[in-house]
Amino acid sequence: MVTAHSRTAARLMISPAVVLLLGWMIIPLSMTIYFSFLRYNLLSPGMEEWAGLTNYRYFLTDPAFFAALTNTLLLVGGVLLITVVGGTALAVLLDQPMWGQGIVRILVIAPFFVMPTVSALVWKNMFMNPVNGLFAHAFKAVGLQPFDFLSHAPLMSIILIVSWQWLPFATLILLTAMQSLDQEQQEAAEMDGAGVLSRFIYLTIPHLTRAITVVILIQTIFLLSVFAEILVTTNGGPGTASTNLTYLVYAQSLLQFDVGGGSAGGIVAVILANIVAIFLMRMIGKNLDT
Amino acid sequence: MGTITLAQVTKSFGDVEVIPPLDLEINDGEFVVFVGPSGCGKSTLLRLIAGLEDVTSGLIRIDGTDATALPPARRSLAMVFQSYALYPHMSVRKNIGFPLKMAGMNAAEADKRINAAAKVLNLTDYLDRRPGQLSGGQRQRVAIGRAIVREPSAFLFDEPLSNLDAALRVNMRLEISELHQTLKTTMVYVTHDQVEAMTMADKIVVLHAGVIEQVGSPLELYNKPRNKFVAGFIGSPKMNFLQGAPAAEHNAHSIGIRPEHLTLSVDDGAWPGTVGVAEHLGSDTFLHVDSGAHGILNIRTSGEVDLHHGDKVFLTPDPARLHRFDASGLTL
Amino acid sequence: MARAISTRRKATFTLVAWAIGIAIFFPILWTFLTSFKTEAEAIASPPSFLGFAWTTENYSVVMERSNYSRHFWNSVVISVGSTVIGLLIAIPAAWSMAFVPGRRTKDVLLWMLSTKMLPPVGVLIPIYLIFRDTGLLDTRTGLVIVLTLINLPIIVWMLYTYFKEIPGEILEAARMDGASLYNEIIYVLTPMAVPGIASTLLLNVILAWNEAFWTLNLTAAKAAPLTAFIASYSSPEGLFYAKLSAASTMAIAPIIVLGWFSQKQLVRGLTFGAVK
Repeated sequence: MVTAHSRTAARLMISPAVVLLLGWMIIPLSMTIYFSFLRYNLLSPGMEEWAGLTNYRYFLTDPAFFAALTNTLLLVGGVLLITVVGGTALAVLLDQPMWGQGIVRILVIAPFFVMPTVSALVWKNMFMNPVNGLFAHAFKAVGLQPFDFLSHAPLMSIILIVSWQWLPFATLILLTAMQSLDQEQQEAAEMDGAGVLSRFIYLTIPHLTRAITVVILIQTIFLLSVFAEILVTTNGGPGTASTNLTYLVYAQSLLQFDVGGGSAGGIVAVILANIVAIFLMRMIGKNLDT
Repeated sequence: MGTITLAQVTKSFGDVEVIPPLDLEINDGEFVVFVGPSGCGKSTLLRLIAGLEDVTSGLIRIDGTDATALPPARRSLAMVFQSYALYPHMSVRKNIGFPLKMAGMNAAEADKRINAAAKVLNLTDYLDRRPGQLSGGQRQRVAIGRAIVREPSAFLFDEPLSNLDAALRVNMRLEISELHQTLKTTMVYVTHDQVEAMTMADKIVVLHAGVIEQVGSPLELYNKPRNKFVAGFIGSPKMNFLQGAPAAEHNAHSIGIRPEHLTLSVDDGAWPGTVGVAEHLGSDTFLHVDSGAHGILNIRTSGEVDLHHGDKVFLTPDPARLHRFDASGLTL
Repeated sequence: MARAISTRRKATFTLVAWAIGIAIFFPILWTFLTSFKTEAEAIASPPSFLGFAWTTENYSVVMERSNYSRHFWNSVVISVGSTVIGLLIAIPAAWSMAFVPGRRTKDVLLWMLSTKMLPPVGVLIPIYLIFRDTGLLDTRTGLVIVLTLINLPIIVWMLYTYFKEIPGEILEAARMDGASLYNEIIYVLTPMAVPGIASTLLLNVILAWNEAFWTLNLTAAKAAPLTAFIASYSSPEGLFYAKLSAASTMAIAPIIVLGWFSQKQLVRGLTFGAVK
């Protein structure tokens, strides 16, 4: 079916997408790189001057950067831990025979469709609020002092909220993987005398490894960019206690108008994301061959 | 009109030349069958004629005009695919009418043609169904209907019967042959099945590794194969080949004799042997005879022969029906 | 395959699964219930679950006071608009990659996916400045452009996987039947791919509806979709729980319903085919 004619047509038809994405990637990214070498503040326009690596030096030696980096890693790591462990458990549970499985599934995946600002606000006000939140009511009911989650454990609270949003994703993907488990293989193992536990360890877990890796990689990409949840709950505070890299760059550039510093931070974020992306692309690429 | 001429046509995929320079003339109204083992380039050749692949070099003329660079839509050829390639989202009526719609024909005329085609192909009752609701044979007929409505100058068939079961295949073979008698339009038909080739063709083109081994009528190929490949490929059961002493007797490197040209006797003959497997078909009996030095020979004999495993027999070739080949496999 | 499972075991699984399912769903349920309370009941201690006087007053207040319908409409225009434009660009591209694959097709596809992995902060400043200078800040057009671009890789990818399932012979048949490339795509490919295109549309509307980085950073009052509008409840208005709940319920209900229909496509679209 491949003639010179259709090849020409194909090139023509793919070019809008390629050109747009190329533009989307190259133009702003090279501008960011360029800005990151400038002393450039939106409050003093026309004063831009070459700054070399100063922005990077400032950004990377800023204690806020270190805090943000730690917070980013804690946030990503914490959410991954909760969602992968919880997701695996839920997937195994939902794969068991039960009544109303479809409905339970619908209940479990619903949080994924809640927009980040809504979930953050609902959790912040209606659950974690130290006066009127449900948790405060619950604490009082058992005679405990209400806990101000967002002031005293801001990062933990955000991890909790984000985990709630992403647990459905992990569950759904791992459940899909569970359902492609070879039933005959399970039965063969049972005939060979493997118990429930050893079947889980030697058959189910290896089967899920691939799906778990995908969940980790994809979630990492999205979790590195968590933003709205922080913006509406803590604004990165108190201090920098819940500032991640994305929020730090946002604050630097759009709150302090420091384009140069913000750009340097943006490039650092791109580099970090690329490290994860390389692994993810390798996996996808391998899958395309088969 | 429907003449197709291939002049010095070649096709390469990357560095691999699948069709070395090839010439072929297809006359108006002819039923031409491309036959050969899988991978011989017969489907590629058909797709070159269709315009679904570009030729690497050479010329394709359809009805005398150069069509080498024309897109498939402008070659006025119709094609029936192996998988039928029906449009699953359209009713049978719309499937058959699609080429007419593409040609911009007015609805009344198109309807007339669709109904006529449906009548010829016994599809009238199914016009409002979707392809998914039809049997394999019916789908095949829809694919043919889609090809005939636009009255092309030639039909191309790419192994159209290979997805049907054996009984249906025989039926459809007849229907396509009858269709050719009615329409008298050029048909180019690709198959790997020499029975289809023998039963349907006016002219058979035997292909092997992209090269035309022989072109001729079914009986020409059967009686005067040009080489050992054609001799072995045409005819069922396959021709027996012998080398050494019996071939030397006939001044040849090897000789071939068809199973139906061996005479069977229980008392006397040229080559003694022992019956191995006997296949009793009722109308015929196929015997596999172990003739020692000459190897296993196939013989086709009448249905009444009552021979079984281990029986001693003698085989005698019909000297007029012997095929002699030289060392390179060419017929002497 | 089939084997008898003891009813007791099944009952246990059912109980545990339902308990966990309801717990996970609870915040949404609670928001829904609170939206029908009065503000006083919404913060009452102890809270009441169902035994309150149901009222729809919050909904009318939210609608009246806050231009809710405009933000809702912004969300619709931005999510549907960016998805439809994305589809128009992606259908030809996916056709090319699925039916005329070349040596570099795989690389192009992977490269497209890799653009999805670019963190938005990496390009926030230039986009912000370009938008400021071209007057695209706080416009629906601007957001449609950005969301089209960020979701384009996913749209192309999903369509590609759906198109790959359509046998090439059918398109060749169309070509033999005299269809031009345009007719081949309009009359044959697109109708056959309708289920795939619909799923792609659905998933991308959901993703665009919930997108909360660009919508928050590039809009103010005028073009703000629901994500940004809800964020304005952050404080102090957020302390009006019943109204926050009503606004939230309206913002998430349509998408949760759509989402339930798109479970399968979600796995396919967001894992880039790495999990089957």
